[in-house]
Amino acid sequence: MLSTRAVGLGPSLRQAAFAPARTHALALSRPAIRMALTKRAIQTESHPPSAAMEILNKQRLKRPSSPHFTIYEPQLTWIGSIFNRATGGALSALLYSFSLAYLFFPGTFDSAHIIEFVAGLPEGVKYAGKALLAAPFAFHSFNGIRHLLWDSGKFLTLKGAYSSGYAVLGATAVGTAYLAFAM
Amino acid sequence: MQASVSALRAATKRVSRPHTRAFSSTLPAFQAEPLQKPILNKEFKIYRWNPDEPSKKPTLQSYTIDLNQCGPMILDALIKIKNDIDPTLTFRRSCREGICGSCAMNINGQNTLACLCRIDRNSSKDTKVYPLPHMYIVKDLVPDLTQFYQQYKSIEPYLQNDNPPEKGEFIQSQEDRRKLDGLYECILCACCSTSCPSYWWNQDEYLGPATLMQAYRWIIDSRDAKGAQRKEKLQNEMSMYRCHTIFNCARTCPKGLNPARAIAEIKLQLAAD
Repeated sequence: MLSTRAVGLGPSLRQAAFAPARTHALALSRPAIRMALTKRAIQTESHPPSAAMEILNKQRLKRPSSPHFTIYEPQLTWIGSIFNRATGGALSALLYSFSLAYLFFPGTFDSAHIIEFVAGLPEGVKYAGKALLAAPFAFHSFNGIRHLLWDSGKFLTLKGAYSSGYAVLGATAVGTAYLAFAM
Repeated sequence: MQASVSALRAATKRVSRPHTRAFSSTLPAFQAEPLQKPILNKEFKIYRWNPDEPSKKPTLQSYTIDLNQCGPMILDALIKIKNDIDPTLTFRRSCREGICGSCAMNINGQNTLACLCRIDRNSSKDTKVYPLPHMYIVKDLVPDLTQFYQQYKSIEPYLQNDNPPEKGEFIQSQEDRRKLDGLYECILCACCSTSCPSYWWNQDEYLGPATLMQAYRWIIDSRDAKGAQRKEKLQNEMSMYRCHTIFNCARTCPKGLNPARAIAEIKLQLAAD
């Protein structure tokens, strides 16, 4: 049985079995011979319509999710949004960790100790540290204003989104420079 | 090329003039040379995944075709690859003129319709073609849009009014009709929704820009009477407020529409409620 299925003999043998008596083994019809001789490359399965959902669900379990941020073109729109969230998160984390540190170790994290610590740092480190704090603060603040403008119905075109985006970047650069070097 | 075209035109003229020799009997030496375009090979890298071999990870397969033997659009290239090189390459396409939305895919990092996207003729750079981002893949470039369509269905995208006019159709002023411009043109290709990072992370609950713009299309339709109920359904944390005005949707829309503005308008209306 297995061997006949393997070489695709099944249908032709069945046909031969049901053929009228006058067509004997040697006088098989042409299609039957062809079927017996050629090996089928593709096997088909028959399923009732009711099995469709089960097959679909089986496929669904194995479907991969297509790539997203790794392949999407970096654009001011969504990269800006990611940075808004990252800077907001970082600034909050800094605020909370500093407050908690002061709460638990008031002796080490009070103003006098911090001023003393910063005063002892070299100039370059001071400016770099200030810029590092000022940049996310400036960006998040200006982008916050941009969001308020959007929420009041302004700059809601693609052009508006881009021009306000570049304005925020420019203001961030100026604001960072001012906070880091002029204060 | 210009010269040979005019030669060809001259040859045609000669044929059409009466009492001249038929083109077929002209000596080969006098016949115009057939145009021979130079070969311009370009590499396409296309996302492949076969459901019959689910354990195999999705890969990028590389195909090189001669752009001078191919139509100008990405869809032409895909069809050429399928016809000439690899018949197993699978993608959706139908109208080839940007009105059915079937061939939405991610081309060189941006979601767009393959039929409206020109092939970059710079042959030194390859063109990468991925399916719509963060979607379950049925095969190759075919994403499963079931969820997307269910979300569209959930906003009841049809006219609802319990008090139809006594006679004839609903009357709408030209001004009210104009409010629908820029909204009704959406073809639901899913380019915008699948370009939205919020939709990537929350597509089980967040409706996404395409669906929300259609929600707005029915909210502001002067003939529709269920605006309050429509808005009520969006009044929760997830359905609409996952929109953070990122503007990827407006940036990517192949029809030049602006879902971000529509969602902002709904937010303004909900804030005023």
